[in-house]
Amino acid sequence: MASKVIHALYTDDDVLMHAVKKVRQAKHHIEEVYCPFPVHGLDKAMGIAPTRIAITSFMYGCVGLTVAIVMMNFIMIEDWPQDIGGKPSFSYLENMPAFVPIMFELTVFFAAHLMVITFYMRSRLWPFKEAENPDKRTTDDHFLMEIEIHDNEDELIKLLSETGAVEINIAEK
Amino acid sequence: MYTISNRLKIASIVLMVLGVIGIGIGFVSMPGTVEEAKAIVASHEDGHGGGHAAETSHHETTANAHGVSEAHGESHDASHDEHLLHQLQNKPWAALYVAAFFFFMISLGVLAFYAIQRAAQAGWSPLLFRVMEGITAYLVPGGIIVFVILALSVAHMNHLFVWMDPEVVAHDKLLQGKAGFLNGTFFLIRAAIFLAGWIFYREYSRKLSLAQDEATDDSNFKKNFRWSAGFLVFYLVTESMMSWDWIMSVDPHWFSTLFGWYIFASMFVSGITVIAMVTIYLKSKGLLQDVNNSHIHDLAKFMFGISIFWTYLWFSQFMLIWYSDIPEEVTYYVTRIADFKLPFFGMIAMNFLFPVLLLMNSDFKRVNWFVIMAGIVILAGHYLDIFNAIMPSTVGDQWYIGIPEIGSILFFAGLFIFWVFRALSKAPLQPKRNPFIEESKNFHY
Repeated sequence: MASKVIHALYTDDDVLMHAVKKVRQAKHHIEEVYCPFPVHGLDKAMGIAPTRIAITSFMYGCVGLTVAIVMMNFIMIEDWPQDIGGKPSFSYLENMPAFVPIMFELTVFFAAHLMVITFYMRSRLWPFKEAENPDKRTTDDHFLMEIEIHDNEDELIKLLSETGAVEINIAEK
Repeated sequence: MYTISNRLKIASIVLMVLGVIGIGIGFVSMPGTVEEAKAIVASHEDGHGGGHAAETSHHETTANAHGVSEAHGESHDASHDEHLLHQLQNKPWAALYVAAFFFFMISLGVLAFYAIQRAAQAGWSPLLFRVMEGITAYLVPGGIIVFVILALSVAHMNHLFVWMDPEVVAHDKLLQGKAGFLNGTFFLIRAAIFLAGWIFYREYSRKLSLAQDEATDDSNFKKNFRWSAGFLVFYLVTESMMSWDWIMSVDPHWFSTLFGWYIFASMFVSGITVIAMVTIYLKSKGLLQDVNNSHIHDLAKFMFGISIFWTYLWFSQFMLIWYSDIPEEVTYYVTRIADFKLPFFGMIAMNFLFPVLLLMNSDFKRVNWFVIMAGIVILAGHYLDIFNAIMPSTVGDQWYIGIPEIGSILFFAGLFIFWVFRALSKAPLQPKRNPFIEESKNFHY
């Protein structure tokens, strides 16, 4: 289905923020905003739900800790409990201080790497991925707000030009 | 302006009175002779029956390890009974010393935090400067009390520090070797220098801070910045030496290189916790209107981070000694794990697991009662930390958290509350002309 979208370009993040608030007040759905850099508070202004990536990271950390404990318990205590330099290998707890550096590192490793991979997957980023920016200038010094048109082209253009947009384009999507 | 409420005043006085009674009971029930000491231990074991039977059998298994430290000759070549007497005589003194140091350490930790905030020109914290200055006011009475206890130790009123006993030193080559550093006069001179430096910075910085409110330019502020940076250098050196002197030297045969940092982390996190708690209290009274939950969030983040830092140092010290297992070092942990199992490992749970799990969530760090609850656990945990540092070498397996210990905590808690809130009522709670005050008011995270 060929639907039309409107692209409003801004050159200032403050103006953009005001525009976002105004458009939201007028009850239009903002499809996407393209920025050259993170704009503080934009997610709040757009009403985007907070990220849950920290929660996933915590769970990945727990997985890493478990992996470390199970691995070392099997290798060092259950499978072949050798006497290495007099370290007590009768139970996991007895030799635990020696395992803590690995437990710590694996926790961090799992938490960090799996979280990053989660981020890539959720935001659909990978090598050879085709860039999605509708206007090249949004990577340099322009901000672009994309709104879908539902037979309200004139009204939208009027509203957006009032918000200080430097350029308003209609594009097929 | 804040005025100390009558209820708080009465509560603090009640705490002090109860504390004095507890401390008094501790000293009165201190045994004077070997026979009394034996009677105390005997009655104690009758009273507690089962629980202690298990513990004594446990002692049996660790007797070997214990024997090693005794063979070292910390005056233990005298009979076992006399050793017991000294331990019991140390109990009220050690209880008093641990509590006195603990509350003193809170205000010293706050002073370090305050100096860092000034030297770093932090934009979020100037709203809390008066709270910090209020807490550091306790440095004067707290420092004097700690100094008096140390002076009484040097005057042989107690046996907290074995190296102060000339008879012990006469039979101990190791202590003779350390006598150049560990001798009463030099010990007190050092203590006086540390305290003088800290108290001087506190008083002078406070003066400049108040003067800045009335000034027309920022010269007081800049001066304070320079003094703070200078103080931090002084503090780093003196804090480290203080921890050798006041804490590590109760066990003069043992040494650890990161001990100063470790004690620092403990005082730093307790100090930050108390800042958060006092701030939340004052805010709940409708004062400190401009403090928002982002400030609390920041303090809670510090509580969280420094708790982990403390654990890192605790573990680094423990693991290195446990791993290499060199007899002269490892006795420190052998006695603690044998006789102090619950406080020793309980403190890890309180100071690490609890804050890590509770304060990790960003939303929880903004919830006042959550921060208060976590703060209470952290403070109790760091009291135990100091308890675990002092008690094993002063009272050994005769430790108990009973009337003298709780009495001392109550007394110093009362004194601390009384002094801190009295100091808070002496100046407006919000600095007027701090160059960063506007940023701090609009601080938002």
